[in-house]
Amino acid sequence: MKNNFIALCFLCLIASIAVSAQNNAGLSLPAGFKATKFADSIGSARHIAITKNGVLFAKLMSPNKEGKSIIRLQDANNDGVADKITGWGNYGGTGIYISGQNLYATSDNDVYLYNLDNKDEVTNPLSPKTIVKGLLAKNQHASKSITLDGNKNIYVNIGAYSNACQEKDRQKGSKGMLPCPILDSAGGIWKFDGNKENQTYGDGKRYATGLRNVVGLDWNTQNNTLFVMQHGRDQLNSFYPEYYSNEQSAELPAETMYELKDGDNAGWPYMYYDPYQKKKILSPEYGGDGKIEGGQNAIDPAMFFPAHMAPNALLFYTGNQFPEKYKNGAFIAFHGSWNRAPLPQEGYYVAFVPFKNGKPMGTWEVFANGFSGLAADEKIMNPRKAKARPCGLAQGPDGSLYVSDDNKGAIFKITYSK
Amino acid sequence: MRKQQVVGFCILVFCFLAFTQAKAQNLVNGKKIYETRCLVCHQADGGGVPHMNAPLDGSTNVVGNNIARLVKIIKEGYNERVALDGEMYSNAMTPNPDLKPADIADVLSYIRTSWSNKASKITTAQVLQASRKK
Repeated sequence: MKNNFIALCFLCLIASIAVSAQNNAGLSLPAGFKATKFADSIGSARHIAITKNGVLFAKLMSPNKEGKSIIRLQDANNDGVADKITGWGNYGGTGIYISGQNLYATSDNDVYLYNLDNKDEVTNPLSPKTIVKGLLAKNQHASKSITLDGNKNIYVNIGAYSNACQEKDRQKGSKGMLPCPILDSAGGIWKFDGNKENQTYGDGKRYATGLRNVVGLDWNTQNNTLFVMQHGRDQLNSFYPEYYSNEQSAELPAETMYELKDGDNAGWPYMYYDPYQKKKILSPEYGGDGKIEGGQNAIDPAMFFPAHMAPNALLFYTGNQFPEKYKNGAFIAFHGSWNRAPLPQEGYYVAFVPFKNGKPMGTWEVFANGFSGLAADEKIMNPRKAKARPCGLAQGPDGSLYVSDDNKGAIFKITYSK
Repeated sequence: MRKQQVVGFCILVFCFLAFTQAKAQNLVNGKKIYETRCLVCHQADGGGVPHMNAPLDGSTNVVGNNIARLVKIIKEGYNERVALDGEMYSNAMTPNPDLKPADIADVLSYIRTSWSNKASKITTAQVLQASRKK
């Protein structure tokens, strides 16, 4: 009898934990925040953008079952769940950005521009303007992310189609090429005119170089600067076991945030950033041994994070809904690591970095966790076990934060109330 | 007569033990190779990384009969975006030109019989034959 009672209490406890997790769409959040699942299973949702009326658009990595690759989601009855979902487009890609009635979307080669009418419906789904075309996309790091500044310039990431610019990519013993020929046409951020049609490399400008792959980027309106998150290199231990143990390889190099000015060089592939020595270290493909410093011409990161977590979105929060500390700070969606194996994986969460006057201030923290669907104390050993992987971020007109998942295609909506 | 029978039986047992031992040894060596060369990308559960590194567990290619293709990929790596079992994978695979045919047989045997995979093991002779095909 007594045992039954204890068992019943235990069951109630588990049920209440399950329900409370359910209440926040399975996410754990700081006190006062709540989450709902705005949408689910819309397809592999990469980046997202929202109009001033609160209509959300998601770019899919590849067309979904209905053959659509740009999804429009509207919450007409305002209950926190999208009730009107439509779509168009037949090309996969990552980037999407809304500026007024202009909606930009990217394939892995091109940037397209659509018009939205006053009800935020697309007017030219089959005939977008081609703003940029013919950008390099070779398997690795092919996705194109975009953001705009206040002057209608569009910034496009062109990822390096390589891990460390070796003569033979990801091959043990293959040397790094000097100079790295990839940097002429990839491994950086290119700047184009956001209104001019049919631009390609010759019309744009290599705004910043030495960036292996950027997926998350955003324009900081506080100091009018571009900030980006780099995906750091892989496999130090696989190719240089004489210099790096499994444990060191799991923690090297740091994932880095850069504040970019015109002409900046972030140092890839010649160096990487070591978060323990807090130094730029010469890459082993270029003669490094884990200690020799490198990157003498490269800028320092504005902030750094644990290795391999794959930052896929960056968003400066300018809303008024969240508490004061979040104002103008940066949210980062960490897609989650794979290159920490055989050690446990990291990331699979949304982090927050406080900013003041356009500079990171203090330490970063995990803001929203639990996307993987695993128990809080359970380590993610294998990436395929994660139910959801954060990939895109957007801020609603009321200051709510939206997070997209590119695994099954969930969209989470995070709100705050006192 | 009885002595001969005992000796014969002993030889049989010895052969059986040696045979099973060798088989087990293959998988031990295969596992070791998997852990040092393959696991970092294909992961401990053989599940790979969605959209990047192809899964081996449950893969129709891994448990399939095209051994020549598997041998070629292990030796030469792979650098194409590829659709496998309905999903796209984009990362480049490191080649393993230094692996001996016996080691390739062992690691193939390991991945074809691990996790949920229940395919046949691969012999060194099969690897050599597959290499000749090209």
